[in-house]
Amino acid sequence: MMALIAFSLMAIVLVAAAIYAVLQKDLLYAVISTGVISVVLSVFFFLMQAPDVALTEAAIGIALTTIIFIITIRNTTRYEDDPKDNTLEKF
Amino acid sequence: MKKVFVLILLAVVGLYLSNTFNLISFGDNRVGEVVEETTTVSGYYLKETPTKSEVANVVTAIVVNYRGFDTLGEVTVLFLATTGLGSILFRRKEEEEGVERLSKPASSLVSTGSRILFPLVVLLGVYVFIHGHLTPGGGFQGGAIIATGFLLMLISYKNYKVSHSTLGWVESFAGISFVLIGFWGLISSHSFLQNIPQVGELNSLISGGVIPIIYIAVGFKVAAELTGVLDILLNIKPKK
Amino acid sequence: MHSFDQVFTQYQDIVTTGVYGSAIGLIIIGLYAVLLKKNLTKIVIGLSIIDAGIHLLFVAIGYIQGGTAPIFSPGHEGEIQKMVDPVPQALVLTAIVIGFAVTAVALSLVIRLYKHHNTSNIDQIKSLKW
Repeated sequence: MMALIAFSLMAIVLVAAAIYAVLQKDLLYAVISTGVISVVLSVFFFLMQAPDVALTEAAIGIALTTIIFIITIRNTTRYEDDPKDNTLEKF
Repeated sequence: MKKVFVLILLAVVGLYLSNTFNLISFGDNRVGEVVEETTTVSGYYLKETPTKSEVANVVTAIVVNYRGFDTLGEVTVLFLATTGLGSILFRRKEEEEGVERLSKPASSLVSTGSRILFPLVVLLGVYVFIHGHLTPGGGFQGGAIIATGFLLMLISYKNYKVSHSTLGWVESFAGISFVLIGFWGLISSHSFLQNIPQVGELNSLISGGVIPIIYIAVGFKVAAELTGVLDILLNIKPKK
Repeated sequence: MHSFDQVFTQYQDIVTTGVYGSAIGLIIIGLYAVLLKKNLTKIVIGLSIIDAGIHLLFVAIGYIQGGTAPIFSPGHEGEIQKMVDPVPQALVLTAIVIGFAVTAVALSLVIRLYKHHNTSNIDQIKSLKW
């Protein structure tokens, strides 16, 4: 019973994080939501008896993808719709 | 108008994708009985790996030995991505003047901690790709872990440099050794990337023929490439 | 982990809907972001979400009820009849790394476009039109 609640909670968090990542205007929060998707995906891969795939998704999806998105946000705008540029001065 | 069309398209795609509920039932046994005459490809791989290849991790044996050519293609794709990234962002060979990676230095807790953690992270990455044929792990996972260790040092210190010429030499050497092992298989047996006959015993460190050697080369190459990607991205010259 | 297997045998419909439904939902949400959003970084985030959905779908197809991980550790060498399908896992391993490489090249293109046109909105990059 507890396992069923935990599993369905993880599935709901997965879809909710994806919807939040698409609809949020502040790009930094959207990138952190993509990292949350990778974390939950790694746990799902482990539950379905695939330890190699879980290790790869955890090593590449959580750390490296998030950092290259943050470097991109640093070099372009931070908010999604701006009439002018809004580069970050002190990031 | 565009919104309406896109929503109709998404509905159609969702309808077709939801057919997997009916056609592919979750948890059905599609491998079949693993006996002497199996009919599925997965059954053949599961039967052949502990007896003929003497490797404990079946996914490693598939990625390196039975589908080794696809791994060569993937390593090529990573190399092309690194080269493309470097040439799009115009990285010069000498030192960039006026490139400020951090606007203010990290606090002393972060800098001391990362200096302590960096050799441990590299050690963990090397352990993961050396034991890739015995436990879950392998070249790609170990390479990504080592790149994360270098990232920790790169964002804590202002003047930590990674020499691109060393990265280039390591990457080229590892890539060439992968192809040379393949050609050696072509010369000694009759097919590219064929495993050698004397392979060792199951579950010991020296087993599986050329499989651990290929994965060590792949581990070095992936670590060097991902570190190069991060170093190029962190040192972009700001717009004046 | 055997509690996932117990949950699966008892509540099979809920688990099937949960896994397949979230994978298909991720693909649909990512496709919506790629087709309808205007900011370049948001489009690349959508590409990354589509990749995650496809990988989950692949590994979910390879699961066998009551199966265990395909590794012959010492002491468990006789369990060959109950291993899950190893071929989709090998495909997804390659696909994750290639997805990361494609995301990195796409983001470098975004940075270069921003430096040239000084905007991150695809509606304003119009110098190719007449």
